[in-house]
Amino acid sequence: MNLRAYILKRLFLSIFVLIGLSIVIFIIARVVPGDPARMALGPRAPQYAVDQLRQEMNLDQPLPTQYYYWVKGVLVGDLGKSLTTKRAVADDVKEFLPATLELAFIAAIFVVIFSIILGTLAAKYRNKWVDTVIRVMAYTGVAVPAFVLAVLFLLLFGYIWPVIPVLGRLSPEIMPPPTITGLITVDSLITGDLSAFWDALKHLILPALALAMGPLFQEARIVRSAMTDNMSKDYLAAAVGYGIPSSVIMRKYLLKPSLIPAVSVMGLDIASLMGNAFLVEVIFNWPGISRYGMEAMLRKDLNAISAVIIVFGVIFVLVNIIVDLIVAYLDPRIRLGGKV
Amino acid sequence: MDNPILDIRDLHVWYRTYGGYAKVLDGVNLFVHKGEKVGLVGEAGCGKTTTMRSVLRILPESQVHTPRGQILYHGQDILQMNQRELHHVRTGGVSMIFQEPAAALNPVFTVGTQITDVIKYSGLSKQEKQKDNIKNLAMQAISEVYIADPERIMNSYPNQLSGGMKQRICIAMAIVTARELLIADEPGTALDVTIQDQVHKLLRGLVEKKGMSLIMITHSLGVAREMTDRIYVMYAGNIVEVAKSGDLFRKPRHPYTLGLLESVPKLTGGGMAEGIYGQIPDYLRPPGGCRFHPRCPRAIARCQEEKPNLADLGDGHQVACFQV
Ligand SMILES: Nc1ncnc2c1ncn2[C@@H]1O[C@H](COP(=O)(O)OP(=O)(O)OP(=O)(O)O)[C@@H](O)[C@H]1O
Ligand code: SF4
Ligand SMILES: [Mg+2]
Repeated sequence: MNLRAYILKRLFLSIFVLIGLSIVIFIIARVVPGDPARMALGPRAPQYAVDQLRQEMNLDQPLPTQYYYWVKGVLVGDLGKSLTTKRAVADDVKEFLPATLELAFIAAIFVVIFSIILGTLAAKYRNKWVDTVIRVMAYTGVAVPAFVLAVLFLLLFGYIWPVIPVLGRLSPEIMPPPTITGLITVDSLITGDLSAFWDALKHLILPALALAMGPLFQEARIVRSAMTDNMSKDYLAAAVGYGIPSSVIMRKYLLKPSLIPAVSVMGLDIASLMGNAFLVEVIFNWPGISRYGMEAMLRKDLNAISAVIIVFGVIFVLVNIIVDLIVAYLDPRIRLGGKV
Repeated sequence: MDNPILDIRDLHVWYRTYGGYAKVLDGVNLFVHKGEKVGLVGEAGCGKTTTMRSVLRILPESQVHTPRGQILYHGQDILQMNQRELHHVRTGGVSMIFQEPAAALNPVFTVGTQITDVIKYSGLSKQEKQKDNIKNLAMQAISEVYIADPERIMNSYPNQLSGGMKQRICIAMAIVTARELLIADEPGTALDVTIQDQVHKLLRGLVEKKGMSLIMITHSLGVAREMTDRIYVMYAGNIVEVAKSGDLFRKPRHPYTLGLLESVPKLTGGGMAEGIYGQIPDYLRPPGGCRFHPRCPRAIARCQEEKPNLADLGDGHQVACFQV
């Protein structure tokens, strides 16, 4: 199958996944107890005002009708109004999504680079002290939740050793670049504002690291075990026997086949980064969509919840397609569909 | 006669396992002269592959223990070599064709990448390693194993090739730069009989054309007789008999060899030790004395106590047995 047909097919199938997801989240958000209109207006608001809001939001209609109205809006880009921010949800998404995208992207880079480096090192020095140190770090990294790390980073770099900024996306004295993509690093590069770029990057490091730490070590373990498994393969013994230097064997003949299982898991973890980011965003005062989504859930802000979930769903689908493409690139047995 | 290229002396190789040491090789002696073709025959699990992988030092280092023995390559012990010397042996001295061609090729790189890397890291001069020349050498080697359209093969991944093709590519990888000694581990066994036959002919032709020495591992005494000048018979990590190929068939002496010959002729390679009752021993608790004694029709009390050494019968014929 050629690449284009494959991608189109995947995208086509994803539409059904997203429709299913939207229905599920639509129903769940509405059947959990609590009246969104009452919550939005507060306990003291008169009943008639609440009723009026319910009517405005079509909450007095049966669920299928509500869903119909919602889909109709979504199709023309109208995600409805947020009860919390009192703005169009679409505007909220536009404002908060880039911050989280940027954060997750940097975290993903950390995951990919460090898991490969640490996994390779651990495999190369397996059962030696390097491996042991990485293993202990991995157990810690996997066991400690991202928000605990976030708090630790905040304490360490906010108070004890303030070498790197800990709050927000930019230092107050830096003029933010004009919003083009909403990703400050990208926008500042486009406008050639290097000091803003550098400052934004520094702000990204700690939250991204806190977010990346768990998946990073998990993946490092997968890379290590795939590599040690493959080490006993004949093709490696053969390569050693032909006199290929061990450095080339490690980074080429061993690494590539070993990345195949790791990449699939990495993809899932990276796709989940955004959803998992809310506590990190809260702690680092990061104006991201994960935090926005969490607040929406606490307030039963129906339109916001649906929008955020759908956005996460789209990103999940896209990341998975990208991952499949990378796996296909790495593994000719999949790409060429030959006998395995 | 001049000195051998390779001279394995009293080689002991053990594997660490959960149950303790598997004492597989128990004093292997084997040598090859320049231009000589030598066969190594024995039933499955007797340690043929272990012996030959030791020569290139490609056994899993962490699992292997070598309590005794030497592998002399032009008089220098491979087991004591440093990485640089070892590299020299691997790139210019000895190359090996693996038992399973499908497993010996990396599934995620093209044939071209794999074969050109062999050239790139070989002992050739800088000049010979220019990009065009590397490609030419690779294509030439592929043509030499009788594959048409080397260009297309270079761009293929192993799983796009048939079993016979993979086998040929493995041979091409082993001969793409000059080597003194080629070790072929049961070439063609994974293939059907006619292709196997072609592979054997191909190998013999290449070895003779290039003046290489050959160690040919096989299950089949018949194949060994056709292909080689001398045959080593191996049982449970020991060489039990060695003779010129003709002599081994005319006047076999070791009870194990006799048993093997009874189960010849066979058309296929596998399951050859049917003429002999019993199985190869458990290497965790190998029998004392002569390792063959539990299966030997001629065993005497001494065989359980003492290990027979290879004794000369003249003209290079050697047997390790008290009852000869
Ligand atoms: N890594 C290992 N760990 C433990 N035991 C091993 C290991 N590799 C091989 N062995 C054992 O060593 C013995 C000899 O194996 P080897 O592969 O050398 O036999 P072989 O003569 O080549 O057999 P075959 O004809 O089946 O290829 C076998 O009993 C095998 O189970
Ligand atoms: S030494 Fe004894 S047991 Fe071993 S082969 Fe000879 S007769 Fe048989
Ligand atoms: Mg073998």
